[in-house]
Amino acid sequence: MSHDKKEQHAYNASIPHDTVLSAYRRMKTIRMFEDRLHEDFKTGNVPGFAHLYAGQEATAVGICSHLTDQDQIASTHRGHGHCIAKGVGVVAMMKEIYGRQGGICNGKGGSMHIADLKKGMLGANGILGAGAPLACGAALADKLAGQGHVAIVFGGDGGVNEGAVLESMNLASVWKLPLMFVVEQNGYAQSTPQQRTTSVSSYEDRAKGFGMPAATVDGLDFFAVYKTAGALIQKMREGHGPVLLECRTVRFYGHFEGDDQVYRPAGEVDDARKNHDCLKLFAESARNMGISQAELDRIDHEVAELIDRAVQESLKAPHPALSELHDGVYVSY
Amino acid sequence: MTRHITLKSAINEALDQEMARDPKLLLFGQDTAGGVGAGGVADTWGGVLGVTKGLYTKYGDRVIDAPPTEMAYVGAAVGAALSGVPVVAEVPFIDFMGVCFDQLLNQAAKIRYMFGGTAEIPLVIRTMVGAGINGAAQHSQMLTAMFTHIPGLKVVCPSTPHDAKGLMIEAIRDKDPVIFCEPKFLYETSGAVPADPYTIPFGQARIAKEGRDVSIVTYGPMVPRALEAASQLEQKGISAEVIDLRTLSPLDRTTVLKSVMKTGRLVAADEAHPRCNIATDIVAQVTEQCFTSLKAAPQMVSAPHTPVPFSPVLEKAYIPGAEQIIAAVSRTMASHA
Ligand SMILES: Cc1ncc(C[n+]2csc(CCOP(=O)(O)OP(=O)(O)O)c2C)c(N)n1
Ligand SMILES: [Mg+2]
Repeated sequence: MSHDKKEQHAYNASIPHDTVLSAYRRMKTIRMFEDRLHEDFKTGNVPGFAHLYAGQEATAVGICSHLTDQDQIASTHRGHGHCIAKGVGVVAMMKEIYGRQGGICNGKGGSMHIADLKKGMLGANGILGAGAPLACGAALADKLAGQGHVAIVFGGDGGVNEGAVLESMNLASVWKLPLMFVVEQNGYAQSTPQQRTTSVSSYEDRAKGFGMPAATVDGLDFFAVYKTAGALIQKMREGHGPVLLECRTVRFYGHFEGDDQVYRPAGEVDDARKNHDCLKLFAESARNMGISQAELDRIDHEVAELIDRAVQESLKAPHPALSELHDGVYVSY
Repeated sequence: MTRHITLKSAINEALDQEMARDPKLLLFGQDTAGGVGAGGVADTWGGVLGVTKGLYTKYGDRVIDAPPTEMAYVGAAVGAALSGVPVVAEVPFIDFMGVCFDQLLNQAAKIRYMFGGTAEIPLVIRTMVGAGINGAAQHSQMLTAMFTHIPGLKVVCPSTPHDAKGLMIEAIRDKDPVIFCEPKFLYETSGAVPADPYTIPFGQARIAKEGRDVSIVTYGPMVPRALEAASQLEQKGISAEVIDLRTLSPLDRTTVLKSVMKTGRLVAADEAHPRCNIATDIVAQVTEQCFTSLKAAPQMVSAPHTPVPFSPVLEKAYIPGAEQIIAAVSRTMASHA
């Protein structure tokens, strides 16, 4: 076993089992939520666009497991995983995606705009890059409050090339904000491969240009993400400035539901599902830590029930009242 | 030869024929080819809803996938056009214009004027407009009025496959920056389109249906709704004329004024929010220029002053339809100036 591997094993052993199990539960919840949406999308009951996070669970959960409700995250169009990792209610999320009453945004936002300010979730976003400036503001508020809270902004390998993100990296560095830029490198922006959207192969090079410390991790390995993100977040809590974390990961489904992704090399997705599934990797590590398969199975069972309940309740929930169309535009007008 | 093809195919055909005619013409956009270089099948996207599919296969490197960085590639399209290379660049949804607005508002629109009339910018920005596909607040807007407001930009919004092709070819041959707004809700609607290239001049509205009693003036996705209203009104004995503006800048005032002078009644409709939109503009111009021809107060039909909601039932309530147009016509028929 290599030195790094040994160190990681020792580190894993130091994580309380409760933390590991709750991370597993969140990852599994994301996976089942997305798998279910993928199936239900075909029935025509799910309106709008859905960008599924399946395959990338270890990244969102590895990072968000270090956060409290007072730490804030800004997400992307592919936001379901970030929301669940941050503790947003699954039933209310599902209702939102169905556009129903009781949805987390009252049916006004849908999949691409799920937000829960009480949970420190500043919203999925339909505009690439738009979360980064917002997260700068959140991090500034954290810095002013002086309680050691931090902000995280998620972005994809394509979207982080937007000017808004690059300007935010500079601003966060100049203002020394407690903000982590997470780049989820899943290889694609829609159908366009990473090397066609980005001038560098490692986003750490971007961070260097802005004077930010950075790290790259295997985004499929929950424990690696958890360890690296934990160290970076701790530094931010201690008053150091922004950081960048690149997580190398894979997208299981198409860019959005309806994308047959034939632009990907034949066998790429099958191989990812077989050999690079972050949940399989997690279960293996967990068993090595002495967590029994039965314990994981129990969680799987509970999660499956929760997801099923979320769908049943969403289908039963009434549509918003027409009068709600005009509500919530302004505080006062 | 004339065939029935979709509005989406009509735009593809216009781009195809102009790419063939002018070897300098370039297409930019996100996934405009799509999938190139990934190792699987290339040219599988053609933009997010497939409008440019097949053009990469035909024109290769003249169809350029840009990173999702609208400020840079839209600005680069302006600069290339200014340097003599005509470009059709795609900003997938008009909602994303916020990201690249300066390059259009302060650069493309003003360069010719600021430079003393010396520059030409043969640029077309293709962009999707309108609600109706459950795209929610950031993928559904009808921001045509914002661009119409700006001197130096031309603004087009077709409602039929025939007009989409002719106006796109005109837009490409035009030497000014054109914001070409594509009503995504109508992409799959079919109509008769001549196979050969043809142009439709800017600033010429189309009388979509002749009538005597009231003029319904609109454009884009509201045109089929106005025609539906007109056919229902016909059964009630009201003869409505429907005018499809086709281009919002320049605007064909003559056709609008002539129609209102004939009918004496005006309903102006826009899918946009109600303040400072195309309908308010039409009502203002008609009221100012042919007040004495009006038999009743002009009426407007618009979406409400709210963002576009996600919930399908709320979105349906948001989008103005034939019903609202009929109600507006009834108001003009009832009241007397
Ligand atoms: C400003 C803006 N431009 C373009 C889009 C369209 N779009 C949505 S997702 C996407 C690709 C994003 O790729 P990446 O950032 O790698 O995230 P991933 O989808 O892989 O999670 C694009 C181009 C958008 N939503 N906003
Ligand atoms: Mg990506």
